[in-house]
Amino acid sequence: MSMLRRAAAAIFVPVVATSAIAADTDVKAPRLGTPLSTGEIAKWDRTIFADGRGLPPGKGAAKDGRVIYEQKCADCHGLRGEGGTAEELVSEPKPPSGDYPSKAIGSYWPFAPTIFDFVRRSMPPAAAGTLTANETYALTAYLLAANGVIGEGDEMNAKTLAAVHMPNRDGFIWIDVKP
Amino acid sequence: MAGKLTEDDLAPVAGGGLLHRRLFLQGGLVLATAQTATSLGAEEEAKPRAEDPTDPSWIHRTGLPFSGYGTPSKYEKYVARNIGGNRTPAGDGVSWTPLEDLEGIVTPSGLHFERHHDGVPDIDPAAHRLVIHGLVRQPLEFTVSDLLRYPMRSRFLFIECGGNSNAGWHEEPIQRPVGDFHGLVSCSEWTGVPLSILLDEAGVDAKASWVIAEGADAGLLNVSLPLAKLMDDAIVALYQNGERVRPENGYPIRLIVPGWEGITNVKWLRRLHVTDAPAMTRNETAKYTELQPSGKARMFTFVMDAKSLITSPSPGQKMHGANIYEIRGIAWSGRGKIAKVEVSADGGKSWAEAHLQEPVMAQCFTRFRSPWAWNGQSALLKSRATDETGYVQPERDVLVKERGREGYFHYNAIVCWAVDEDGTISHVYA
Repeated sequence: MSMLRRAAAAIFVPVVATSAIAADTDVKAPRLGTPLSTGEIAKWDRTIFADGRGLPPGKGAAKDGRVIYEQKCADCHGLRGEGGTAEELVSEPKPPSGDYPSKAIGSYWPFAPTIFDFVRRSMPPAAAGTLTANETYALTAYLLAANGVIGEGDEMNAKTLAAVHMPNRDGFIWIDVKP
Repeated sequence: MAGKLTEDDLAPVAGGGLLHRRLFLQGGLVLATAQTATSLGAEEEAKPRAEDPTDPSWIHRTGLPFSGYGTPSKYEKYVARNIGGNRTPAGDGVSWTPLEDLEGIVTPSGLHFERHHDGVPDIDPAAHRLVIHGLVRQPLEFTVSDLLRYPMRSRFLFIECGGNSNAGWHEEPIQRPVGDFHGLVSCSEWTGVPLSILLDEAGVDAKASWVIAEGADAGLLNVSLPLAKLMDDAIVALYQNGERVRPENGYPIRLIVPGWEGITNVKWLRRLHVTDAPAMTRNETAKYTELQPSGKARMFTFVMDAKSLITSPSPGQKMHGANIYEIRGIAWSGRGKIAKVEVSADGGKSWAEAHLQEPVMAQCFTRFRSPWAWNGQSALLKSRATDETGYVQPERDVLVKERGREGYFHYNAIVCWAVDEDGTISHVYA
């Protein structure tokens, strides 16, 4: 076998044999990770869970959220959340059906803390992550009130937001992993 | 044109003139291929030069100088991603891989499809970190330089957006080149560090069952993934097709989750939060879930089921009259290797097994080929993939009956191209 062919064969073998990395138990790796302190992790950790874990201190209500919405959101999502260049946000507070396939917040979103999490990390797209916690609570309250899920005067904070029951809470079936 | 072949060789094995796949192994079979309108355009572009092929000017003078990074021929400039992004907000959209212009199984990195939720971040690798924290013995931070020193593995893997082919749910068959319909799928060689090595270094707690992966794009896209899958075969990829991952594909590091929907292959990976529950992020609840006729929605539909497409002939291309053609296409499955691809020229009444080109690898594009004696009459071309688990790609009516038409994601039905007597090709539901 020529050198070239031997090299080609040597390169090819791992390609066909790498379908199970986990079975590769002989891996010897350096340990190069730098330990992180609790304080350092806090600067990285932006996870908010469905049950409200991770929601920050702060509060807000729909009337303040409406002002922010009209300034920063309405251009893309429509003046009343009916959708535009970006998706619709407002629907009736009832689960979807074959005749009512709405995927807006009131009909589809299963967890209220998800709204806070997504708005805080992603919205508005040209200035993602710039809203304060109070502004984000206010916007979340406005969206929930516009969808008829909470009252216009209800204050949202870490405790009350986690307690909101979304109409489509039980509307999902896990497929490739079991609860 | 097929002098060494007997009449038996050219006897169809299925309706509409499909020939036996062994013809490829015998050689000597000259095949016509349908030609794209765009490639015809490129030839015409060359005409004004009026070069004599027996004595063209370029055989008489020194050619172009060396280049630091090569680019495709200027005559191939029409081969490009078709950008379908929004104007407002500008960063939210897709670009499609031109599957009809490509051969083999590897997608050139510059033609790998894009799905960005808020644009492509311009990341300085010196200011990028991968953090692992949560239910671990020791939270850790890795620099990109650190990661480059770890043992690596390579795999050829497709990545397919969960929303690929979603026009298939439409009432009317969409008329577009195959890449603009199904091109949110691409296939690359991904090289990087098995994630299990890094998770083991951090020391995963026995109570952990999920990992929330977060990217460093504007919006910090995040998804929750089962720990078991990540420990099994996920890769923290630093290289794509031999070079560092392109910015639009996650530079400097991308999480590769073999066979799972595109969004789980988090680009610009910066944080892995090891937990005991999914976070229920926007992208795994409000998006990337599939509303069914019952009103319930399918959630955590991670695996991309088996799918196949005929890339030639396909809409936008034109037949050259009755002749022998090579039907060409790609097949893939998130569950493993492709076991079989069948093609039909009579709308699925009869099927012939296509030749699968080696290598056939798990969760990777497989190129299939099938010789076809087109008699010039109208025909209905289909391909049907079966993977090694026995899963068979469904007909469209079966998929729609089961899932309805509001699911949007995970459309993998059999695709049908109608070949007309005048040689034009269109997309039909049949």
